[in-house]
Amino acid sequence: MSEARVTAGMADTIPAVAGDKTPGRSGRAVKAARPVRPSGRRKRLELVLLLTPATLLFAGFVLAPIALAAYYSFYNWDGYGPLTSAGLSNYTSAITGSNFQHSVGHNLIIVGLSLVIQLPLSIGLAMLLNRNLKGRALLRLVVFAPYVLSEAITAVVWYQMLQPNGFVDQVLISLGLGSQVHLWLASPSLVLYTLFVVITWKYIGFGIILLLAGLQGVPSELREVAALDGASSWQVTRHIVLPLLGPTIRIWIFLSVIGSLQLFDLVWIMTGGGPAEASNTMATYIYNFGIQKQQYGFASAVAVILFIICFAFALAYQRFVLRRDTEGALTRVVG
Amino acid sequence: MRRIRTISFVAAAAALALTASACSSSSGGAKSSSSTGSANLTWWHNGTTDPVKSLWAQAAADYTAAHPNVKFTVDPIQNEQFKTKVPAALAGGNPPDIFQQWGGGQLTSQITSGKVMDLTSAVSSWISELGATAAGWQANGKQYGIPYDLHVVGFWYRKDLFSQAGITAPPTTMDELNADVAKLKTHNIAPIAIGSKDGWPDAFYWDYFAVRECSTDVLKQASKDLKLDDPCWTKAGNDVKTFLATNPFQTGFLGTPAQQGVGSSAGLVASGKAAMELQGDWELPTMEGLLPNGNFKSQMGWFPFPAVTGGQGDPAVALGGGDGFSCTTGAGPSCADFLKYLASPAVQDKIASQGIALPANPASSSKLTDPNLQTISSYAAKAPYIQMYFDIAFPTAVGQSLDNAVADFFAGKGTPQTIIQSVTSSGSGGK
Repeated sequence: MSEARVTAGMADTIPAVAGDKTPGRSGRAVKAARPVRPSGRRKRLELVLLLTPATLLFAGFVLAPIALAAYYSFYNWDGYGPLTSAGLSNYTSAITGSNFQHSVGHNLIIVGLSLVIQLPLSIGLAMLLNRNLKGRALLRLVVFAPYVLSEAITAVVWYQMLQPNGFVDQVLISLGLGSQVHLWLASPSLVLYTLFVVITWKYIGFGIILLLAGLQGVPSELREVAALDGASSWQVTRHIVLPLLGPTIRIWIFLSVIGSLQLFDLVWIMTGGGPAEASNTMATYIYNFGIQKQQYGFASAVAVILFIICFAFALAYQRFVLRRDTEGALTRVVG
Repeated sequence: MRRIRTISFVAAAAALALTASACSSSSGGAKSSSSTGSANLTWWHNGTTDPVKSLWAQAAADYTAAHPNVKFTVDPIQNEQFKTKVPAALAGGNPPDIFQQWGGGQLTSQITSGKVMDLTSAVSSWISELGATAAGWQANGKQYGIPYDLHVVGFWYRKDLFSQAGITAPPTTMDELNADVAKLKTHNIAPIAIGSKDGWPDAFYWDYFAVRECSTDVLKQASKDLKLDDPCWTKAGNDVKTFLATNPFQTGFLGTPAQQGVGSSAGLVASGKAAMELQGDWELPTMEGLLPNGNFKSQMGWFPFPAVTGGQGDPAVALGGGDGFSCTTGAGPSCADFLKYLASPAVQDKIASQGIALPANPASSSKLTDPNLQTISSYAAKAPYIQMYFDIAFPTAVGQSLDNAVADFFAGKGTPQTIIQSVTSSGSGGK
């Protein structure tokens, strides 16, 4: 779970959701003001003043780089000489390359594991922390703390702890689990799952906070009524709490999938994509095979593929899954 | 799960797209006007820490004192950043006047930008003082950079751990090395440390086996045509395989970095947890950075990569490289003169006496005080040929592919043939 603030899809969603109520009001204001010309001009001036900086920044730092990456992806360029046309060869060599396919596979494994392991874990812990426990505030703090650390710090700390004979191994040995000591980061078959554990440690707090906020929105009256009607606590959870948590869970899945697809920092610092490319993600693959080898055209092609995957997912998810949650914010023309 | 700050292609593309605008503002204009002879030279070097940082600051100050019309904007830049900053700067409108230059295939790529200054005529009167070393900074028969130090790769070892294991003399053949590895193991000492997480230390092994298996002519030809047809290249891969089968490295070596932290391969040797490491002559300063108060220095010894039975290569041939600088076309004549100053005994003596590296100028070798550096220096002086590390000698894409392929091989993926293909497919393989 992670935030994915700057993805193309989200950039639209966030301001729209935040301004959920305002558009309606200003919409009426516009209607009322329509006959009066100067006010309409003022409105337009306001729009121009307020939207221009954001539009320029968005165009300059998001749209233009997208366009340029798409352009470069059809050329070979080592950074120095002239561009040489490459046609679609950058795309075909990426898609047919086994290391690229594995990298995409690694991303999908992380996505899958997140949904299967992190989501139930977050929901369970959030429900637990939503109860009246002693020291609840402290527990919430502890669970949320890793999310506050920067990803680089997390990576370096865990990297040190996971070294052979490091902290993790010593803890296992002192617990009598010496047989469970493995080469956490040096074993090609294990490294991806080691990374997933660290990712979970880091981002579980975010999911829990999100779900706790969602739980606050479940009216206690509903639970009480259900309890009066003789519903067991499992029935209350299954038929009242979970359905009402639906919007929160759906947005968590969205953020989690986008975050998983773009996973970079943690992997890069802890393993560099190795050993033997066993922990490469699409983003570390771009860096390994594109930037470090100074094959910028190829790097752009892979980046475009990553973009298409993320964008397609974001659009499809918003269209088919989030439609009800964001209705009114996205689906109606405002103003 | 995590994003790169913006969606990743934006980062990649922005780096490309902003090249022109970003660089024009960053280097701060270092224009020389030939009419007055005054110049302000922007200098990018990788000496971000002492003693190199002070050495260059002093060199710039001294040169300005002697030539008041030449001033410097000295800009120390972290080593890894050169890989991306230099291409961007050369593609943009306003590159630095002097920048770090490792020569080889990278240099060959850089000159296609047309912004790297041809120094051939400016240095012709004195370049021979540097001997064969300067050849690494040539391309198409022209001199495009000047080295200031020389690097040689070899085995660093712990004398105390060797004597603990009952080893009396450093090995000179692979058979002896294998026997020593076995002895160290029976004494529960990790025989050899390696930083395989970084990839390039793995490549040193393949490189050196190739240098031992292949004749000098074959080696020289390889950097020119990138065709590894001679069977000696396959033999090198097989040698690596045989060597790996002896399990000579520390536990979990695939996850060990080369130079970061006391858990790195350099740190393992410095703290006495491993007995040997195949690394460059820069290893001592690296270890000091990791273990500032360690008393390892007196325990360190050095021996060249052992001879390989049946190899076509001269066992005296070394693997190495060096550091240097290039000028860009807008820098003016004072730039070449400054590089001459850096290669002159005035600066070279300091590089040697402070133990920073092996001086590029052989005249200053006598100023080396560290006994190990003296050993390495005399080995380098006797070497009939110094093969530049292949990842630098080959064009960047090819060199990086080679490092990747060897690193994969160390992790049990691939064959000696896939290593060769990583080179012969011109870096397009392995995707």
